[in-house]
Amino acid sequence: MYRYDQFDRSFVAARVAEFRDQVQRRLSGELTEDQFKPLRLMNGVYLQLHAYMLRIAIPYGVLSGRQLRKLAHIGRVYDRSSGHFTTRQNLQFNWVRLADIPDILSELAEVEMHAIQTSGNCIRNVTADHFAGAAADETVDPRPYAELLRQWSSLHPEFTFLPRKFKLAVTGAAVDRAAIQVHDIGLEVKRNERGEIGFAVYVGGGQGRTPMIAKKLRDFLPERDLLAYCEAILRVYNLEGRRDNKYKARIKILVHEKGLEEIAASVEAEFAARPVATANLGEAEIARIAAYFAPPKFASLPARSSVLDAAQAKDSALQRFVARNVSAHKAPGYGVVTVSLKPIGGIPGDATSDQMDALADIAERWSFDELRVSHAQNIVLPHVRLDDLPQVHAALAAAGLATPNDGLVTDIIACPGLDYCALANARSIPVAQEISQRFADLDRQNAIGELKLKISGCINACGHHHVGHIGILGVDRQGEEFYQITLGGAEGADCAIGELVGPGFAADKITDAVETLVETYLKLRRDPGERFLDAYRRVGLGPFQEALYADA
Amino acid sequence: MAARKIKFDWVAATANDLKGGEAVFRRADGSWTRAVAEAELVPGGEAGAALLARAQADHAANRVVEPVLIAVDPTTRRPLSLRERIRADGPTV
Amino acid sequence: MPTLETELYRGGRFVADDAVYVADGEPLPANALALVSKKRYLAEREVLDAWQGRLGLALETADTLDGLEGTLDRFATIVLRFARYADGRPYSLAHRLRHRLGYRGELRAAGDVLQDQIVFMLRGGFDALEIAHAGTRAALRANRIVVVPTRGTAPVVQSLAAAE
Ligand code: SF4
Repeated sequence: MYRYDQFDRSFVAARVAEFRDQVQRRLSGELTEDQFKPLRLMNGVYLQLHAYMLRIAIPYGVLSGRQLRKLAHIGRVYDRSSGHFTTRQNLQFNWVRLADIPDILSELAEVEMHAIQTSGNCIRNVTADHFAGAAADETVDPRPYAELLRQWSSLHPEFTFLPRKFKLAVTGAAVDRAAIQVHDIGLEVKRNERGEIGFAVYVGGGQGRTPMIAKKLRDFLPERDLLAYCEAILRVYNLEGRRDNKYKARIKILVHEKGLEEIAASVEAEFAARPVATANLGEAEIARIAAYFAPPKFASLPARSSVLDAAQAKDSALQRFVARNVSAHKAPGYGVVTVSLKPIGGIPGDATSDQMDALADIAERWSFDELRVSHAQNIVLPHVRLDDLPQVHAALAAAGLATPNDGLVTDIIACPGLDYCALANARSIPVAQEISQRFADLDRQNAIGELKLKISGCINACGHHHVGHIGILGVDRQGEEFYQITLGGAEGADCAIGELVGPGFAADKITDAVETLVETYLKLRRDPGERFLDAYRRVGLGPFQEALYADA
Repeated sequence: MAARKIKFDWVAATANDLKGGEAVFRRADGSWTRAVAEAELVPGGEAGAALLARAQADHAANRVVEPVLIAVDPTTRRPLSLRERIRADGPTV
Repeated sequence: MPTLETELYRGGRFVADDAVYVADGEPLPANALALVSKKRYLAEREVLDAWQGRLGLALETADTLDGLEGTLDRFATIVLRFARYADGRPYSLAHRLRHRLGYRGELRAAGDVLQDQIVFMLRGGFDALEIAHAGTRAALRANRIVVVPTRGTAPVVQSLAAAE
């Protein structure tokens, strides 16, 4: 993985010193809350319902065992022995004290981590495919480009006070696991017929109150132009994005209002006028960064593991786990393991400090010391030998981390909602818990098959409900929690925004409603291979509406 | 913080503690407590506005952050809205 | 405006400054650096270009650079006003002035110029800062500005971090 160089170290150290000074000035009263708020936000510090919340960036979701152990330690010392993994490959601590935050940041700096730019109207943590460098279907590893973008965007002096926040995502596989089309800039790294590397560049996607699917600006941007082109997009946005209305300030609105052609023309003009000195990425620089992401030394192994086959024959829990949570790896004899942070009835995305330590141990021993955080709020062990899977499964099970539900109806994405979040209209977590319990039966879950259920506690859509096969949005109806359902959202290459199915449901009716939707699907699907999303696309809202509102 | 100020029957002042961030409620003696039941309750309207002004002085003095008035049931001494009950009691999960 | 309430910070220290913002329609001062609006400059371009005195251009946050192409070397300084520090348009205007329009003279930040954003301004190509905020001036005088370094450039102000 990428290791900080001298620059990164001094950069982060200076930032910690600066924030320590700012916190002191705040606590002594020299800074008012109005003055301090934007400064703390630039360092990932929010004030939520019960406490300060610190959001830590996990750049493109990549973690080492040492880093995860540090997060476990911070959870133990400064929080309630747990942390919450978010849908943006970040980690949130929900119970920190302002006075402690400079110390926490110092501890993070020891393991080359920070909370810079996890809030505010700047370029946020760059996200990437959580299977990067491992997946069998990958064309190009996106991590070196994500790292280049991270370096370029870290406290970029020109782009720290944008009209609104700005999110980039990078994928390097045809199956888009990074949801690039719902980002401000989405990048697909690919190769042309000559084998050269370039990027499909998408702009203006996003969720929130005005969900939009991104539009393609370039089909093949040459590799060397990556930063200069992103810079051109950002400059046009910084100058032309709306600043009169926070809800219309994202680049998606600019693209929507001006139209793709006009935006493309502005961006291309800006790009064409780039100074020679700016960031034409040199081959040497790309190679230097790429070297950090060189694949680990995989053993040459047969594609099938007789050890694993024999163990599975004797152990049905292992067999279920492998069938559901292990994906194809590019190296024969290895697998990509998804560790679900969605135990039945649990809080989606939460991990205890003990679990983090256990994962760090497992990664060090069996996954070349690599971990990934997925935007589905799960953890990935990217490089596990199939021969080792029985031991890995046992170790995960011992830590309560072997739930075999990757991609199933109980693998729910849920934002913190009204239990923690100051912006929420309704709770998300209890809804997720109740649905999870309702569908606890694994045979039933597997019979239902892939079903992505996503819950947000308000229209900001941190729970990505717009792109859930079933999306649930919490609203406030005269002081009562109410939940609206959308159907047919998707986040991959076939990205779609879900459609509202009809009037919302009270908190005590939402689980029944989800069950009705699932039963309706089971009845109308052509065969078990037709996923919920496929069936919805074939039949539309009608049958689901009839089933949901039959008695109305 | 403006909209829902003064229209309620009985109100208390709440804010977050500057250092720790926890939800706190203003007592009649001017101190702040984690327990909403100990909060000073006043009728909305002018008394509420005066309470809010006292709370805002504590904000200006950097003791608490962003005070607002919340509606409280005077018999149970519980906040009326779910959001404020969650703030007072902690997460429900 | 650079009256008693503002001071000009340039090259790591506070310096004397004789710039005067001249309202549209007012006569230009003979012995000062006259700062005029874009509107006035474009309207009176021929007269102003022929004028012998020192001239500067004062751009507002929402101004564009349209119409200024090719004329910029006329100016002794270009002032970019930050209406609010959180409105970052002047950073991109500064970039365009330097790199698209080839302006090589002084770039001056004015308006909401505060301690915690100064680093961005200096790194973003500003040479001089017109500072009204008393706390910020005190922090600069006391060397209490933290400079977060940027890749490939030297720190521009002495840093608290370095002192620790
Ligand atoms: S979606 Fe709304 S409630 Fe959920 S975390 Fe985001 S802002 Fe908070």
